[in-house]
Amino acid sequence: MSVLQIKDLKVEFPGRKSTFVAVEGVNLKVEAGKILGVVGESGAGKSTVGNAVIGLLAEPGRIAEGEIYLHGQRIDSLPDKQKRRLRGRKIGMIFQDPLTSLDPLQTVESQLVETIRTHLALSRDEARARAIELIDAVGIPDAPERIKQYPHQFSGGMRQRVVIALALCAEPELVIADEPTTALDVSIQAQILELMKKLCAERNVAMLVITHDMGVIADITDHVAVMYHGKLVEYGETAQVLGHPQHPYTKSLISAVPRPDIRIERFPVVDYIEKAGAPIRQIDIATHWLGKARAYDKAEGPLLKISELGMRFQVAGSIIRSRRRYFDAVKKVSFDIAEGETFGLVGESGSGKSTIARLITGLYHPTGGSIRFAGQELTELSNRKQILAMRRQMQMIFQDPFSSLNARMRVRSIIAEPIKFHRLASSGAQVRQIVDDLLDHVGLGAAAGEKFPHEFSGGQRQRISIARALATRPRFLICDEPTSALDVSIQAQILNLLKDLQQELGLTMLFISHDLAVIRQMCNRIGVMRHGELCEVAECDALFETPEHPYTRELLSLMPSLELLSTENLETA
Amino acid sequence: MLGFAVRRLMQAIVVLLVVALLSFSLFRFVGDPVNMMVGIETSIQEREALRERLGLNDPIPVQFGRFVVKAAQFDFGTSYQFHQPVSELFAKRIPATLELSFMSALFALAVGVPMGIYAGLNRESRLSKLFLSVSLVGISLPTFFIGILLIFLFSVTLQWLPSYGRGEVVKIGSWWTTGLLTWSGLKALIMPSITLGLYQMTLIMRLIRAEMLEVIRTDYIKFARARGLPDRIVHFRHALKNTLVPVITITGLQLGALIAFATITETVFQWPGMGIMFLQAVQNVDIPIMSAYLLLTAFLFVVINFIVDILYFLIDPRLRVERA
Amino acid sequence: MSDVSSKDAKGPDAPPGLVARIIDSDMFHSFLRSRITVLAAIGTLILFFVAFFAPLVAPHDPFDLASVSILDARVPPFWMEFADPRFPLGTDDQGRDIISAIFYGMRISLIVGFCSVFLAAALGITLGLIAGYMGGRVDAVIMRIADIQLTFPAILIALLVDGAVHGIFGTLNREVFSFWILIFSIALSFWVQYARTVRGSTMVEKNKEYVQAARVIGIPSSTIMIRHILPNVTGPVLVIATINLALAIVTEATLSFLGVGMPPTQPSLGTLIAIGNDFLYSGEWWIAIFPGLALALLVLNVNLLGDWLRDALNPKLR
Repeated sequence: MSVLQIKDLKVEFPGRKSTFVAVEGVNLKVEAGKILGVVGESGAGKSTVGNAVIGLLAEPGRIAEGEIYLHGQRIDSLPDKQKRRLRGRKIGMIFQDPLTSLDPLQTVESQLVETIRTHLALSRDEARARAIELIDAVGIPDAPERIKQYPHQFSGGMRQRVVIALALCAEPELVIADEPTTALDVSIQAQILELMKKLCAERNVAMLVITHDMGVIADITDHVAVMYHGKLVEYGETAQVLGHPQHPYTKSLISAVPRPDIRIERFPVVDYIEKAGAPIRQIDIATHWLGKARAYDKAEGPLLKISELGMRFQVAGSIIRSRRRYFDAVKKVSFDIAEGETFGLVGESGSGKSTIARLITGLYHPTGGSIRFAGQELTELSNRKQILAMRRQMQMIFQDPFSSLNARMRVRSIIAEPIKFHRLASSGAQVRQIVDDLLDHVGLGAAAGEKFPHEFSGGQRQRISIARALATRPRFLICDEPTSALDVSIQAQILNLLKDLQQELGLTMLFISHDLAVIRQMCNRIGVMRHGELCEVAECDALFETPEHPYTRELLSLMPSLELLSTENLETA
Repeated sequence: MLGFAVRRLMQAIVVLLVVALLSFSLFRFVGDPVNMMVGIETSIQEREALRERLGLNDPIPVQFGRFVVKAAQFDFGTSYQFHQPVSELFAKRIPATLELSFMSALFALAVGVPMGIYAGLNRESRLSKLFLSVSLVGISLPTFFIGILLIFLFSVTLQWLPSYGRGEVVKIGSWWTTGLLTWSGLKALIMPSITLGLYQMTLIMRLIRAEMLEVIRTDYIKFARARGLPDRIVHFRHALKNTLVPVITITGLQLGALIAFATITETVFQWPGMGIMFLQAVQNVDIPIMSAYLLLTAFLFVVINFIVDILYFLIDPRLRVERA
Repeated sequence: MSDVSSKDAKGPDAPPGLVARIIDSDMFHSFLRSRITVLAAIGTLILFFVAFFAPLVAPHDPFDLASVSILDARVPPFWMEFADPRFPLGTDDQGRDIISAIFYGMRISLIVGFCSVFLAAALGITLGLIAGYMGGRVDAVIMRIADIQLTFPAILIALLVDGAVHGIFGTLNREVFSFWILIFSIALSFWVQYARTVRGSTMVEKNKEYVQAARVIGIPSSTIMIRHILPNVTGPVLVIATINLALAIVTEATLSFLGVGMPPTQPSLGTLIAIGNDFLYSGEWWIAIFPGLALALLVLNVNLLGDWLRDALNPKLR
């Protein structure tokens, strides 16, 4: 008998105007010792399935139809009190963000002991012994000592291990993990996935893993369920589904996943992906206002030359000099970017890659080294006119599509602001015309100008961001994790757009990402960063095929293998 | 811990010095101290002599230094109205004000905290909505009007409670007097304490409710529920403790404010405390009393803040590590 | 990653008009759903109306010495013995009509309230924006001043300012100045709240990417503060301003009650209560209680609106 069986599940969220159906007609089974992955993009309803099983649907959600069985016993219709007894005892849960999942004011021990004693009839000492055993089992060294510490004394990966230990306290039969590795770095992600796989096999637990990440699915799951707009579109053995997808949505989803092993020219545009909006009106770049971006004199040597760049932040101030503490975010980094090329910077969080972007654009002032742009030393500029002239030539696209646009301004004024500020147009009518053209060109259509940012989805907002960046007619574009907040299918569209624009306008790009696969699709040359240092710079293919630095090799080995995935529709470069 | 305490102490001293400067400027530059002290018939020579004796011809920094040293010894000069040392006047009246403030604080905490917790945990229940409505009326009725209504109801109409004064008081030690030990003293405390404490009570209640609602939505509370912990543990061990950090700061500030708000209550109930004296001083421009009162409230505030900071330190382990 | 949030990617249809958007908004809906808020809004409007148009609405002019007669003194309200139909809520010790005095008094209370809130908000928002955006030393100085200021409750600061001003200008000019002293001292004690709130939100906003984008374009700090940050921090300011209006009215009334606010020749609600307080024991309770109830009603209505506004603007509570 299956540990978990879901039959015809339908979950609704009654709202003011209409009832929102989050999940409909979902049928799933999970066996002991096996891992079922539920994959889908945001809005697919995958988290709702997990919450429905554990009985913690957010208000005002409710199960409208269907049944949920745990070991053959129906659990969705149980009274609240009995549902609560199942939680922790029979069903464990792991949340996404380990930094906020633990009570900051209680020691790890007291959180473990209270959970163990809630479910098992153990004395305080026995519970403590079990807590130490669990902490040891999830791979935290020095368990008897570490257990007495508070959550903030653990790193993110270690905290996720504590969360897993808490979920396993009472030997549950089913563990639900909702995006368990999304908040973690690649190297930590690999360790946590390894741990989950091991615990699942050793303890014969059934596991339901909810994720948006095909890598996670390919890595650890036995079965996979693909969800789209609240419905289950494909369900089967992982190798089968990923290798030979049947449903068109699954096909398009898989073809949109960037692969570290293959470099492709463009992501295939498939149906089932959010429509980009009005069809792009063709403009003749040679004569258009935008095309004047190409009119810069060709720089001699590299367009951007960074040497010995350093950035030191003060982390603890004190009157006494020796007691001040510093953090070197960037240490003596040097690299060049040639005109027209795309240079990639890759590294884990805290490696200093975003700091470099902010140093180049002048958001921070470097504490050492030099930045030369088109032959001009940027760190020595003091004349405001010169600074503005430089600023105009380099623009940036940010990570978070939700905070990178001013919510109180219409899209038209957001894009018009740089044009007006730098006096790039001679009249109001011309500004209007340029904004319309820009919106058309990024695939939104001119009508989008009258709306406010909140009326757009994440991918559309990122298009607005791109239009704003292009509005100063830059020759150099910095993209700081431009797609890491987006769903894969949207990511594929934005990456295509960036590639097109670059070729069309002859832009030089610095592309920053934590995702090696994305970097591989976008860049000519790549720099690998760790702890503020640049470990290695190499041509794209060389880096993936013959990595030199040990850290690069480690990063590559941690990449989830996507060889299972079908390569239908892909044209390699 | 020690380093933390020392740093806080230094900050407190800086605050007190700034207030002392304010207080000193009030004394020195608002009107001419000599003119305030003497009558019209005093000759110019006598005025000059007094000016010299008070040290008003010395450089300003020297005068300020002297002011601070004297203030540290509780010497605030002589009242213009009463021609008595300010410290003696205060000593007579401090017990009345502190006793009143203490009783109000007790009332505000004992009633406000449980109401706040209940309303935070049971957001939709009828009783919480009632609490919320009552609290809104509580913050909308001005303190003095509450006092007047209570007097009208319980003193004028029903004649149950006295409308003014402290009742019979008992002397403890050389200068402390208390109304807590006699029946009439206790009766006299009831209305003023409620009047003074009601506003703080509603504030505390609303604050705890708001913080509770916020904490209940955090991930760690959701995770605690997902582990099947009983409500009792989720609510009191996890949620309540996490609301304490912000609640303690504001509550500390509010209790400190009681001393100043006592001015109003004391006026309504003719309570013989510092507040009434301060008010009279404001109306008659009796600067020594005003500046002494200013320093005294600042001092009490600083003490309360210091205690709050130490409590913080004990509750939140994150502070302990960062500062160690 | 909330799976509940539906994608509201609309097609390129024309955006709806402003009025339509307001009526369709969640905020307007929550307003209509809360019956008590609608009542409070209507109540506030009525009170504001009678206050600002007091000379037109009030049955008598309580300050016209020619029409006030001492013979009409201490007339009780209409349902009691010896009532006079000319004075529905009775008269005070000088024969002034209570209900007219309330209308006129409310006018003064509201003007003082609005002016002081406006002044406090202007000062607090400016300092808060600068402190939050600039950071460093500027921030430290402004916020230390705010901390020390916070040590003293509003009422105490107002009393001290009042005492100091009268010490400098003498008590003779009290009647001329008291209006401005009141506004100034209330504003001075309220600015901290705005400054702290605006500073907090500014510090959050300035690290958001839209501000960095503006900086990358090259837009100067002052423009960024006014054009980009200010519109994004007004939500909480609006809530504070509403609640502060109620608080300012209470503070003004309290100061007037304590005898350092509006003089009896231009009585605000607080002054009226202070006058009436002397007659409480001799049975003429209406002189104090009616103005007091009017004050409580006014403050309650404004507070109800503020409360609703706070919940409606707090995205976390939705």
